[in-house]
Amino acid sequence: MTILPNILILLTALLVVFFQGAFNGVRHLLGAQVDLLPALMVYAALTSGPVMMMTLAVFGGLMFDTLSVNPLGISALPLLFIGFLLQLRRDLLLREQLYAQFTLGLIASALAPVMTVFTLFTLEQSPLLGWGSLWQWIVMSVGGGIATPVFFFLFDRLNHALGYQPIVESSFRADREIRRGRN
Amino acid sequence: MFKRPYYIALAIVALLILLVLNLPNGTTARFKTSLGSIFLPLFGITGVTQQATARAGDNLLPKSELIAENNSLRRQNQELRLQVAQAATSSNENERLRQLLGWQKQNRWNVKLARVILRDPANWWRTVQIDLGSRNGLSNKLAVLSPEGFLIGHVSSVSLTKSQVVLIGDDNCKVPAFIENTDRSQGVIIGSGPFDSSFVKLTHLPANAIAKPGQRVVTSELSAIYPKGILIGQIADNARLVESGLITEADVKLAANLSSLEEVWVLFP
Repeated sequence: MTILPNILILLTALLVVFFQGAFNGVRHLLGAQVDLLPALMVYAALTSGPVMMMTLAVFGGLMFDTLSVNPLGISALPLLFIGFLLQLRRDLLLREQLYAQFTLGLIASALAPVMTVFTLFTLEQSPLLGWGSLWQWIVMSVGGGIATPVFFFLFDRLNHALGYQPIVESSFRADREIRRGRN
Repeated sequence: MFKRPYYIALAIVALLILLVLNLPNGTTARFKTSLGSIFLPLFGITGVTQQATARAGDNLLPKSELIAENNSLRRQNQELRLQVAQAATSSNENERLRQLLGWQKQNRWNVKLARVILRDPANWWRTVQIDLGSRNGLSNKLAVLSPEGFLIGHVSSVSLTKSQVVLIGDDNCKVPAFIENTDRSQGVIIGSGPFDSSFVKLTHLPANAIAKPGQRVVTSELSAIYPKGILIGQIADNARLVESGLITEADVKLAANLSSLEEVWVLFP
């Protein structure tokens, strides 16, 4: 097993968080910023081990909260919960199927902000909420749902390009060829 | 399924996160500053890319267009110089009259221009980060204005090279304000929702307050952060009674466009 895919996932988490803060095209267009960390967590939980899942939850969550006014660590809890749930049932999930990837991304991206806001309330914080939040929640969920198959596709390609490829050996040997016929 | 050691590891990680969540604010701020340094190379790359793009754009502009723009700016510069001279005369006169009346001397605004480098990635906060920090003399609770001079918020936390600005409309940015009319009713500016950042609410006005569309709303002298008289926006609709008729509330259209901030002024006392 190589450590490269895990480093790539963590690097992507860092880039994804920075992208969410620095580029606001989606925010201007749809009125909400899409959170891509839950989608990345779906990929990591279904393809890597528990250690990687926990590392991504902590690292991604802390990075997100560093750029945000969120209390430090608050985004890590929902990611950890989502990762844990997925790994608990990963044998039953059709991770190869596109619709399954989309559905899992959608559910994870819908669950993460709800859990974060709930935790914010328990910490006596007052996030900006209203009827518009419902639209933001839909945008975040659908955005996460769409991003999940994209992550699967990109990481599969990357792993294929950078990972070890076993050489397929044929059993054919020219000196052992049995020639049939009279001549 | 997980094995037992994994459940233990998971519990330890969850406990550690809860521990971090319950750290004192000062410690959390220091942690955030340290972790934020991981993003420094990305900030650098973004800055360099933006500069390169701008330079490429400049190179593509035809010379005739640049000359025309230069002439236009020269004319504008001369007009502004004239206005500054007039303003200086008025300011001196104002100062002299204040002295004669024994009023307190008005301080001039000291401002520093900052670039907006980041927006809050979470949808439930309305904050931005600017590229000035404590090494540029910034501290908490300094008023921040748009390039046109309209109020947009205040500095909420400062690191060495960056600062966080909480914008009007966020729950952590309540601004004492009054309506510029004969009545001069005092109220508080609060957020009106997460979706449209161009509107806020002016609430806690007296029940008999007069607020009509188009009237200007400016900062009041009751704030310890914002100097008096900075334009916030205009009343957008007729005021309405809320809280069983005890207070009046009105929607305010912000003068500054918060969704397209690129540069801001930080106001020093």
